[in-house]
Amino acid sequence: MREKEMLQTDNILEIRDLFVEYRTFDGTVKAVNGLDLSLKAGMTLGLVGETGAGKTTAGLAVMQLIQQPPGIIRGGSIYFNGENLLKKSDRQMRAVRGSRISMIFQDPMTSLNPVHSVQDQIAEVIGEHEKIKKSEAVIKAQELLEMVGIPAARSKEYPHQFSGGMKQRVVIAMALAANPNLLIADEPTTALDVTIQAQVLEMIKELRRKYSTAMLIITHDLGVVAEVCDAVSVIYAGHIVEHGTLEDVFDHNLHPYTQGLFDSLPNLQDRKVKLKPIKGLMPDPTDLPKGCVFHPRCKYSMPICETEKPARAHRTDGHYVECHLYDGGDVKKSKVRTT
Amino acid sequence: MLEVKGLKKYFKTPHGMLHAVDDVSFSIKRGTTLGIVGESGCGKSTTGRAILRLIEPTAGEVLFEGTDIRKLSTAELRRLRCEMQIIFQDPFSSIDPRQTIAQTIEEPMKLQGIIRDKRERMARVLELAEMVGIAERLMNAYPHELDGGRRQRVGIARALALNPRFIVCDEPVSALDISIQAQILNLLSDLQERLDLTYIFITHDLSVVNHFSDDIAVMYLGRLVEKAPAEELFTNPLHPYTRALLSAIPIPSLHNRRERIILKGEITSPIEPEKACRFAGRCWCADDRCRTEEPSLTDLGNGHFVSCFQAN
Repeated sequence: MREKEMLQTDNILEIRDLFVEYRTFDGTVKAVNGLDLSLKAGMTLGLVGETGAGKTTAGLAVMQLIQQPPGIIRGGSIYFNGENLLKKSDRQMRAVRGSRISMIFQDPMTSLNPVHSVQDQIAEVIGEHEKIKKSEAVIKAQELLEMVGIPAARSKEYPHQFSGGMKQRVVIAMALAANPNLLIADEPTTALDVTIQAQVLEMIKELRRKYSTAMLIITHDLGVVAEVCDAVSVIYAGHIVEHGTLEDVFDHNLHPYTQGLFDSLPNLQDRKVKLKPIKGLMPDPTDLPKGCVFHPRCKYSMPICETEKPARAHRTDGHYVECHLYDGGDVKKSKVRTT
Repeated sequence: MLEVKGLKKYFKTPHGMLHAVDDVSFSIKRGTTLGIVGESGCGKSTTGRAILRLIEPTAGEVLFEGTDIRKLSTAELRRLRCEMQIIFQDPFSSIDPRQTIAQTIEEPMKLQGIIRDKRERMARVLELAEMVGIAERLMNAYPHELDGGRRQRVGIARALALNPRFIVCDEPVSALDISIQAQILNLLSDLQERLDLTYIFITHDLSVVNHFSDDIAVMYLGRLVEKAPAEELFTNPLHPYTRALLSAIPIPSLHNRRERIILKGEITSPIEPEKACRFAGRCWCADDRCRTEEPSLTDLGNGHFVSCFQAN
């Protein structure tokens, strides 16, 4: 057995300087580049970014579900309850997956097996992690389904008999079947209609109150983040550019990219405001720009941004930003607006 | 400019008639935008397509500047298509992968034979490309070389090629990232101003529709449940479904949070619906009348229409 690496920390999940690449014939895709993430027990962290920012790769890396090859974890560490998951063997990892960390995916249609009833699928998960009889596992599965708002009468039905919102609830029930300490939800409501999304978000909040499971919510939707998260990390090209509490990031955001995301959203209060999109496109992950990766799209770009990676500047203990505008650490005196 | 009266589209299914669009009526003034919102399966895309006769409506009238397009012959309809265009949701599947960008934009002009000289046509292609912000160097590229935002720009250029006056935008930004979405929305509103276009803007995203539309129509299960000027609809929604829908939008701000109305249950089946308000099953203020009678769209003045017994 390999030696365990322990870390003294309050954080249930702590990712340090993680690098993940996909090596393909067309070049090396640098999906995650020096990612840092920390999540306290019982809290909910939102990982926010656009398509191709490396959000899902980060989630899969925690679960060690990155397909290798072409994927490769090139460096860094992922501490879960102080243990480095990257040092664990496949067998040890299997004991962590599902029972201590669970993950749910965007598309509930493809995460369920069409030929088994939903109660059997959940019972299978319970049977995998607990030594109980099948009949007991089925009863427990029905209880879980009721908890997410699906009546026991429907638990013998098959996935195609449920609507999208209900399927996502089945998936959530399955993810919670073994009482995990950490739930990773990758775009859990993106495929759902607004009124159904509201139901599922309400349910997620309710479950969090009841079981105090820590959650990592991966999303592109700042509205969802405002709804359920305690803290936010903004990811761009595989790297966290800004991190803070919900209030820090929503009301005192500092990074031009974070500000650009907010300015791109239509304002519900004032419909006359013209949208201010971020110019340009996401950089090509096989050929990332030098210096600050955001500089080609940044309206405040300076010569130093093209050559040097920015260091971290703290506004408060928990709120940091990586941007040359805040060099010298004096965030308050900067020229950028602080709303 | 456009007037729709009693539009219906039913589809035959093994279990009976599916009422995708049921008795929908509205009108749009020139140079304005009508937003149609609703959730999956409410019939918003079917409405958009039935107006253009891309699918044949079951009943009703669609008057485009006074002419009923349902009465036109194929040849007449073809001519009218110059005036009416559509932009699709998915920029990945609505463009032919084997045509270059220039060919894609050129094709409608070739088909309608409006510019016969090849050189003139290419000049027009470049003009359109510039208008929507596609670089000239991409003219000989193929769609797979372009990202979603650029592909959607190609779709817009193609729709503009015939100088239409009316465009149906069917979820034009839903497949795009937030920062790209804002670029395309700005482009569409600039074009509207410059070319005096009239839009029907179909979307499930209420914050987008609020930003973009003059009037908003809310659909539920094939029915138009409420229609009002955008500001009026957002400040004074009357139909319970509209109120629930508005309250369900996750707001990306920590201030001005509003009370959530969480609906119970799921959307019921649109196949052979009973004679009742279609929202009654999920409505918290439904009474016996709602379950036995179907409300019709009532004019409350100031352009505000609602179809609900409880709202009057």
